[in-house]
Amino acid sequence: MKIFPDAILTAVLGYGVVFVGLVLLMAVIVVMGKVMTARKAAAPAATAPAPAASPAPAAAAPEAPGSAGKIALHNVSDRDAALIMAIVADKLGVPINQLRFKSIKEVK
Amino acid sequence: MDILGTLSGLVRDSGFAGFLAGGGWKNLIMIAVAFVLLYLGIHKKFEPLLLVGIAFGTLLTNIPGGALYHMPMWDAYVYNAPYDAANEIVLYNTAEERPMTEDEYVAALLATVDGADVDALARTYVAKMAPLYGEMDVDTMAAEQKNTCAALELIDEGALQAPDVIEELSFTDIIHHGGLLDILYIGVKAGLYPCLIFIGVGAMTDFGPLIARPSSMILGAAAQLGVFLAFFGAIASGLFNGPQAASIGIIGGADGPTAIYLTGLLAPGLLGPIAIAAYSYMALIPLIQPPIMRALTTKKEREVKMEQARTVSKKEKIIFPIVVATFVILLIPSTAPLIGSLMFGNLLRETGCTERLSDTAQNSLMNIVTLFLGISVGATTVAERFLSLQTIAIVVLGLVAFALSTTGGLLVGKIMYVVTGGKVNPLIGSAGVSAVPMAARVSQVEGQKANPSNFLLMHAMGPNVAGVIGSAIAAGFLLQVFG
Repeated sequence: MKIFPDAILTAVLGYGVVFVGLVLLMAVIVVMGKVMTARKAAAPAATAPAPAASPAPAAAAPEAPGSAGKIALHNVSDRDAALIMAIVADKLGVPINQLRFKSIKEVK
Repeated sequence: MDILGTLSGLVRDSGFAGFLAGGGWKNLIMIAVAFVLLYLGIHKKFEPLLLVGIAFGTLLTNIPGGALYHMPMWDAYVYNAPYDAANEIVLYNTAEERPMTEDEYVAALLATVDGADVDALARTYVAKMAPLYGEMDVDTMAAEQKNTCAALELIDEGALQAPDVIEELSFTDIIHHGGLLDILYIGVKAGLYPCLIFIGVGAMTDFGPLIARPSSMILGAAAQLGVFLAFFGAIASGLFNGPQAASIGIIGGADGPTAIYLTGLLAPGLLGPIAIAAYSYMALIPLIQPPIMRALTTKKEREVKMEQARTVSKKEKIIFPIVVATFVILLIPSTAPLIGSLMFGNLLRETGCTERLSDTAQNSLMNIVTLFLGISVGATTVAERFLSLQTIAIVVLGLVAFALSTTGGLLVGKIMYVVTGGKVNPLIGSAGVSAVPMAARVSQVEGQKANPSNFLLMHAMGPNVAGVIGSAIAAGFLLQVFG
């Protein structure tokens, strides 16, 4: 008959340990995030980064035949942009060479 | 050459004859189960990468005479009991969990020969031996030592092998005496495959949403409710002991490798049904979760659009796996294999200088291990073990565990909705049950049904990956208690 109290105790204790473990981990991550954010904010304004928007090409290279023109990528890697364009074309059911993407921007 | 003898030997040793032997009908049922699982994996696409392997393992292990997997040998390994390698008998009473008596061993030997006339065999043996031992009352001797004499006579006739008892089995003995699937199963028993899979899972997981919204950890913890309630339910059923109940409970963590890892260590005899239940329910998440989500949340709650979380820097993503591995392993050391592997894989992904290793972990390694894991887990579904009341109980308790874990995540999600003044959509709570990324997708779909402009996917990924860490901690705790 002792088995039931033991099982209840194990279940409650186990759930508690998982909670405490993850809450402590949350606290560690919060502290880590705060430190990172603070360091970012403390960075000297003098070394302000270049504009986020992709720079305009200085001397535009000739475009490939059939190209619909340049696409502006804002904080998006080439690989992610290619993935997004492929997914959009797939969802629309339209060949990718019949679509024109003007810009892809990460929403913050 | 004795053509008739050879032909009759071929017929006697064929798998078809095995179906007609004692208990052979159970193998037929298991082969039908394998076909159903193959159908579900191939046609219905239920976790096909693993289910097809499990189903084929089930098929192979239940073909009589195939000798690819030896359940008694693994019983001997698990219970540290002597094993008769010649006759494939473990000298241990697994039902009562105690060493076998000599009489039970002899009875088990006789049971391996179909239709043996024990009385006649005993009399023949005693009569044969009488000249060697002088005056001997054949009838009295044959009656007193009936089983032993019959077994010795069968050994003389070649129907039984002379016992070759190994006192303490090692993996080397298993490689020497085992079949192909026994050898592959060593990777499960040693906890190797689940950990290698966790390296791949880590390499495929973006912890960014969790780092951006650390409160997701609470949802990941809440969604482990089913693990511990199902554990209690299994104990209350009276069908399972503590380690077995712990292995059943972990189904509620909705994390296949964790379930296999824990069960392989605590209750290897239940590995087949538990793995099948865990992966089947993970595939059925889009059917299991939505009714619970709709029942426990109001339309107003489901409509909540959550604010975009902050952008996480590369440096944070690199530090995260190092911090989590160090912290969690220090907290519960028994989580080291799982958390260590998961975070190592994630570090390979995030460093930016180990792309080749990350790619291997995500693809080649993951595929190779999945292949071995599936077929060797399937091999454990031996008919005499699988077709039992325990399997039915595991299927029921597994479903209960999934449903309760979903409920736990949703209820704490509702609390967070209230505490934050309606900024958190409680639907993301159900994603805390791991099952990456299926559970997060379900949150997204349900959220969009309530509000078509709602995009919950990335918000749900936070609790989703927190659930992976949560279920690993739960497994570590259970291992610490019952291991």
